[in-house]
Amino acid sequence: MKNQQELMHHLNPDTWVDNYADYLFNYAVARVSDSEIAKDLVQETFFAGLKSAKNYKGDAAERTWLIAILKRKVIDHYRKINSNKGKAEVRMSYNSNIDSEGDWLEEQVADPYSKLDNSDLENAELGLAIQDCIAKLPKKQALVFKMKTIQGISTEDICNELGINSSNLWVIIHRARTTLMGCLNTNWF
Amino acid sequence: MISCEKAAKICNKLQYNEASFFEKINLKFHLLICKTCPQFSKRNSEFTSLCQKAHLQSLTEQEKIKMKEKLQKEVTK
Repeated sequence: MKNQQELMHHLNPDTWVDNYADYLFNYAVARVSDSEIAKDLVQETFFAGLKSAKNYKGDAAERTWLIAILKRKVIDHYRKINSNKGKAEVRMSYNSNIDSEGDWLEEQVADPYSKLDNSDLENAELGLAIQDCIAKLPKKQALVFKMKTIQGISTEDICNELGINSSNLWVIIHRARTTLMGCLNTNWF
Repeated sequence: MISCEKAAKICNKLQYNEASFFEKINLKFHLLICKTCPQFSKRNSEFTSLCQKAHLQSLTEQEKIKMKEKLQKEVTK
């Protein structure tokens, strides 16, 4: 036990969940688009991080290191769901829509004027940028901001849960929003 | 005439659709007269739309506690 702790003296697994869970979760959700799977991947990432903590040389920031593990986990996930031969065969057919059977691949080429795919990528990046800024907020501000903005919990419920009054809440929200607006790089606006 | 502080509070409420009709009128009126608040108001709304666009996700506190427990078990193994 003591030996293990010594090995990990660059890493602080106790703080991983608080510091990186949301960031990793956003990263995963953008890639597997299923929050349950994403959650599992994040948890697995933490386990894997713990296991290979002795390989951590400290040349990357803790979060970068965890993201690198998560990347592998995402790839493994896609490998796993594609390993079934039957599934692979279904995926081979270029179009599952029966109506357009007999149409050719030319019609399936991405529309060069479509902004859709590009903006999806951009939004995933924006999400990470915002999470980055949220992580820098004082703990209480981050908590209230997340509950209100991301989880959409009503003012009343948040006040009850945290034991604050509504004007308190709005002051916290105001501080959080102002800091976040300043933190988000100006080119997002 | 309401103070800038109050205007900012209403503006924040507005981002979560929680400003009353009366508050909205007060804010509109303030924005007409005040020099600095319109900029804040505009940025605030832009920030709201950025947050919506980003499809922010977060784990609930309970989920995080569960994660911590599982992690703790692994550490002590």
